Amino acid sequence: MTAALFDVPGPQSRRRAAIGTIVAAVLAAALVGLVGWKLYREGEFEAELWQDLGQPNIARAVWLGLVSTLSAAAVAIVLSVIFGAVLAMGRLSDHRVLRIPAAIVVEFFRAVPLLLLIVFVFFGFNNLFSDYWSLVLALMLYNGSVLAEVFRAGINAVPRGQSEAAYSIGMLKSQVMSSILLPQAVAIMLPAIISQCVVVLKDTALGVIIAYGDLVFQANLIAEFVDHTIVPLALAALIFIVINYALSRLAVWLEARFARRGRTSAGAARPTDMQLAPTAGGAGD
Amino acid sequence: MDTLVDNRAEIWEGFRLTLWLLLTSGVLATLLGTVLGSFRVSPVPTLRWIGTSYVNVFRNTPLVIILVMSAAFWPTLGFNDVGFFGYNTFVTFAILGLGLYTAAFVCEAVRSGINSVATGQAEAARSVGMTFAQSLRLVVLPQALRAVIPPLTSIYIALAKNTSITAIVGVPEAAYVMRRLSNKFTSDVYAIFFGIAAGYVVLVLVLSVLLRLAERRLAVAR
Amino acid sequence: MRFTRTKAAVGALALGLSLAACGSDSSSTEVEVAEDPAFDEGTTMAELSDAGSIRIGVKVDQPGIGFQEPGADAPTGFDIEIARIIAAGLGIEDDGIEWIETVSDNREPFLENDTVDIVVASYSITEERRQLVGQAGPYYVTGQQLLVREDDKETITGPEDLEGSNVCSVTGSTSLDRMVDEFGSEPVPFATYSECVEQLKNESVDAVTTDGAILLGYAAEEPDELEVVGEAFSEERYGVGYSKGDTEFCQYITDTVQAAMDDGTWAEAFEATLGESGVDTPEPPAMDPCE
Repeated sequence: MTAALFDVPGPQSRRRAAIGTIVAAVLAAALVGLVGWKLYREGEFEAELWQDLGQPNIARAVWLGLVSTLSAAAVAIVLSVIFGAVLAMGRLSDHRVLRIPAAIVVEFFRAVPLLLLIVFVFFGFNNLFSDYWSLVLALMLYNGSVLAEVFRAGINAVPRGQSEAAYSIGMLKSQVMSSILLPQAVAIMLPAIISQCVVVLKDTALGVIIAYGDLVFQANLIAEFVDHTIVPLALAALIFIVINYALSRLAVWLEARFARRGRTSAGAARPTDMQLAPTAGGAGD
Repeated sequence: MDTLVDNRAEIWEGFRLTLWLLLTSGVLATLLGTVLGSFRVSPVPTLRWIGTSYVNVFRNTPLVIILVMSAAFWPTLGFNDVGFFGYNTFVTFAILGLGLYTAAFVCEAVRSGINSVATGQAEAARSVGMTFAQSLRLVVLPQALRAVIPPLTSIYIALAKNTSITAIVGVPEAAYVMRRLSNKFTSDVYAIFFGIAAGYVVLVLVLSVLLRLAERRLAVAR
Repeated sequence: MRFTRTKAAVGALALGLSLAACGSDSSSTEVEVAEDPAFDEGTTMAELSDAGSIRIGVKVDQPGIGFQEPGADAPTGFDIEIARIIAAGLGIEDDGIEWIETVSDNREPFLENDTVDIVVASYSITEERRQLVGQAGPYYVTGQQLLVREDDKETITGPEDLEGSNVCSVTGSTSLDRMVDEFGSEPVPFATYSECVEQLKNESVDAVTTDGAILLGYAAEEPDELEVVGEAFSEERYGVGYSKGDTEFCQYITDTVQAAMDDGTWAEAFEATLGESGVDTPEPPAMDPCE
């Protein structure tokens, strides 16, 4: 659709685009170069740093951090999906006693910063929860609440005729939900769930506040060890970027697949997702 | 409860800083994000590439890393006393970090907003001889604004909550105040948590109401 | 300390005996492990000794005191050495020690809930804490001090000079709270001390504050640039935490640490850790009797 903003380029605009390309490239390269040179001058890239980073204990620290990050993120996303499904059920319930508390829980946990939740779960329960479980539970409370809204939108996106047909053959509400609506909704919402994985993965980094040994914590230790901050943290960032980029592509691919299969609203669910997922639905654009 | 009342001045100080961070980094993110968003739909391939790379890098990196790097990076370039309006240099580093991160999300919102404007509008603008920049600035972006507000609302809400992370990069805002008070008054941890949490809930509610009003006004204008 | 440690690790690598590359070798001193020590039946010492293992709560983010090298299995530092001395007296080898990471706020619950057997984690002895847990010691006495740039050492001589100045410490630390509450400083909370020292060197903050022991390490690393100034304005007496009421265990800990102080092991442990960066080894403090 972007093509609507400019014509298929003729010779003149092609020339202009070429000039623009070169100017932009030169400016961008100059900016990056300037920063790089300045960092180099400040000794951020000195040989000793790379030598220190080459030690085997550094690789091991990165590996430990990555395992910690991934294991917290994986368990958190599974629990979030379960918690989100339970909350979505509550919000779609016919009974006010379920609907209202579920709504309050969802709104509360979506509005409170995750950092506060982590600190509270860790310190607020007389050390019932270790650093790992404090992080995972806080992630579950927050992302579960976000996913609850995504699920609700997904279930509402299943065409009405589906549930009407199910009721007409005498199914109970719980049956309609579990065997008609949920399976279709999950398929519709799968890209959004994957996008939420990106959010969870990034948010595990907040574990540093309670000294959970994730990738960022290890990067901090490495920074202390080699006496340079920028390079170790940039390397940690690179790992996150690679994993999250891959997850984003997966979400896009899944979305395209469902769209091709003629599922009604893989796309239709997205604006809602954009509105609800606090970090703008993470990926999948 | 008494702890909250007794320390209301300190809690308010914390939230004032939170609001300041939200306002300044929100403006920065919106401006930068809009520029990057127009890069992404530009006819110049390099600009599109810059926009895409920026989004992929900043949106996929944890904010903690960006903030810690921001605090370490700017002094390396020689900016070590860049506070303004009576706020110290760490507030500026935090604003830059939050702004750069959030700009990536604003960029995507702006891009999808631009794509939501009917093709005929841009075509009409071009047919009366407008250049790419003119048609974007005078025709497409003003109309995209309305479609952009709902995603922007969630971005600003996320930003409001993300300001709490600056508590570990030198900024004593509301989350730092919570940490400090719960250390000092160990028996009141629950009241302190729910008090500060309530502050954020109010902040989020006010933000969403304001932006919904803005959306409604723009809807009438169309 | 960071720098020296890096160099040390690189040097050790060259010798083929890595300090940091392989966790189990990362200990700094030789501690003689007692062979089949005899303890009265039913005591905590007998239990631990028979099991051949002990769980010790330590800090992992305080250079020189209790710090985990990236990728290492075991932390290093003065606390760690004290803990190893206590374990060795029970006949427990290094691989029988389970290091459990603690943060300031969970040390009492860890002892109360029997998550750890002892705590050696820059654990200041206070009356409030002795209501909840036992604390043997002190095995080391330090106090809150200030680290400033060499250029400022004439103008900043104590905490009173820092009213309205930016002072850096770790988020949630009592040191920072004291500067704010008693001396009116502007708090700059960071996640680690090394970030604070960075900000001190690039002149964004005017002082870094925490226990003197940690600051001395940073100052010794760059003696031309950084300086620890003034007297300590708090007294932190580090003790070994154990579960409340176990007087026999307290007596064992006190006797073992006292023996180490007397035979020079204590001084060796200090030199290998906090003293590594050139700080003079102090006289061992007098320990409290067990009641």
